[in-house]
Amino acid sequence: MQLYINYFAINLKSQMQYKVAFFLLTLGNFLTSFVTLAGVWFMLSRFNEVEGFTFSQIMLCFASMLMAFSLAEGLARGFDTFPRMLGNGEFDRVLVRPRGIVFQVLASKMEFSRLGRLVQSVAVFCYAIPNSGVIWTWDKTLTLCLMVLCGSLIFFGLFVVYAAFSFFTVEGLEFMNILTDGGREFGRYPFSVYGRGVLKFLTYVIPLALFQYYPLLYLLGREQSKLYMAMPVIALIFLIPCYLFFRFGLRRYKSTGS
Amino acid sequence: MIALQNINKIFRVAKRQAGFGRAVKALFSREYEFVHALNDISFTIANGEMVGYIGPNGAGKSTTIKIMCGILTPDSGVCDINGRTPWRDRVAHVREIGVVFGQRSQLWWDVPVIDSFELIRDIYKVEDRLYKTNLDELTALLGIFEILKTPARSLSLGQRMRCEIAASLLHSPQILFLDEPMIGLDAVSKIAVRQFIKKLNRERGTTVILTTHDMQDIEALTERILLIGKGQILLDGGLDELKRHAGQRRTLIIEYNGDAPEIREGMSVNEAKEGRLVITLDPAIMAVSDAIAHIAANTELNDVSVSGASVEEMVAALYREYRI
Repeated sequence: MQLYINYFAINLKSQMQYKVAFFLLTLGNFLTSFVTLAGVWFMLSRFNEVEGFTFSQIMLCFASMLMAFSLAEGLARGFDTFPRMLGNGEFDRVLVRPRGIVFQVLASKMEFSRLGRLVQSVAVFCYAIPNSGVIWTWDKTLTLCLMVLCGSLIFFGLFVVYAAFSFFTVEGLEFMNILTDGGREFGRYPFSVYGRGVLKFLTYVIPLALFQYYPLLYLLGREQSKLYMAMPVIALIFLIPCYLFFRFGLRRYKSTGS
Repeated sequence: MIALQNINKIFRVAKRQAGFGRAVKALFSREYEFVHALNDISFTIANGEMVGYIGPNGAGKSTTIKIMCGILTPDSGVCDINGRTPWRDRVAHVREIGVVFGQRSQLWWDVPVIDSFELIRDIYKVEDRLYKTNLDELTALLGIFEILKTPARSLSLGQRMRCEIAASLLHSPQILFLDEPMIGLDAVSKIAVRQFIKKLNRERGTTVILTTHDMQDIEALTERILLIGKGQILLDGGLDELKRHAGQRRTLIIEYNGDAPEIREGMSVNEAKEGRLVITLDPAIMAVSDAIAHIAANTELNDVSVSGASVEEMVAALYREYRI
């Protein structure tokens, strides 16, 4: 953990070397997700509610998704830019250092300009938490924390899968963005609005709904079962195949060297 | 102690063909070419040795280094380094080795060098006392004290390489791999780095394995040479052995007044100018002293110099001999 903090410090220092670029990137990140936010607002100002969710309830969903994603993207940037790391040989350096490989890749790059999104998600929470009509008992608070925390772990898992794919090919990796960036963009509405098929896919295959839709139902009191509250934790099982796939890719890399 | 036994490595390379039709076809069925990168490589290197690993581009140098570092797994064969197999015991193994890739940096680009050093200290869990002694010693020997506070991106190539080498030695490794460390260095930095490596080997007893294309490095540093070509070890021995292999040819450069000397069997003229001759001499046919005596008897000599073939020439001759 201490080592992670040291990596964190050196990454921060590196990025502070370019203060203007850092500031502009942060601003840019803030603005792009602000546009999304505005989109939701325009939509809801016409229809008032979507599938029975009010504007502030959807904001709750939006903010937790945005926060989960920006945490994962900011802190696990090493996996997000992994193909580059393979390409320029930086990964060989990782292999000759006596620490865990996943840890080193994770710690090697952090992107603090993603703070722009994080700040925005905090702002949206500030609006949504008092206005959503939820009575914040301890279990609801915990549910919300789980949504964000487990959510960013699932996104992290998706980045790991993305990185693992780049052991095999460098082309056509963009399809993974449907799940990561796409997940963030579509995740501003509860996944049920996209129909049963999508919801099933996001429940059993790529468990994005497990930390978004189901716990949201619990938060809003539509479901009483504690199972819904625990859904984000169950979703973490997804990390196991992600890791195994990465290991598999790594084995291949070690035998081909490219 | 490093011991490699019958290491084989075959790469499968997808053939790429020009043309759209073929590119589409390649999507469904790819044709592969098999490249035998390493073919039954065996050698042992004792502790404290300094070995030059040379060969033309694509001969398998980097592949071997990568296997010894644990980055690559060979198809077959045994590799034992200090009792461990590098690719099985990665973490324990890499703790004891230092690696410098001349082409890539291990320093964090935008922060002062000393910050990188400190992070490396934490990665390797080097004790504070040991770190301090190592740092003091390395900065003094490599002359990098003044640049420790400079970000790596603003260093010159020579300065950066010295920092890279220091970074690889902070954890006092027993074995140091240097993969083309001298690329692009100016004469002053080269000499500084060479002297340092020599000293390291002598005083700490660090085993050094060096790949290079610069024969002066080899001459200055190593007593033992491993020559690899087309995935096979072609020569394993000292510089003398290399010289023996490449023949004993001598080059005579003479300057004279008046008539040119008569050329006898065993001599061949490389270059002839008014008053100057460059002659290649085969001592098996005519001894050096006889040749000089012969020339001096016929011509008024101003100057004579005799030189053996340079290592570069020897290696080139060996490459030709093995057709690589």
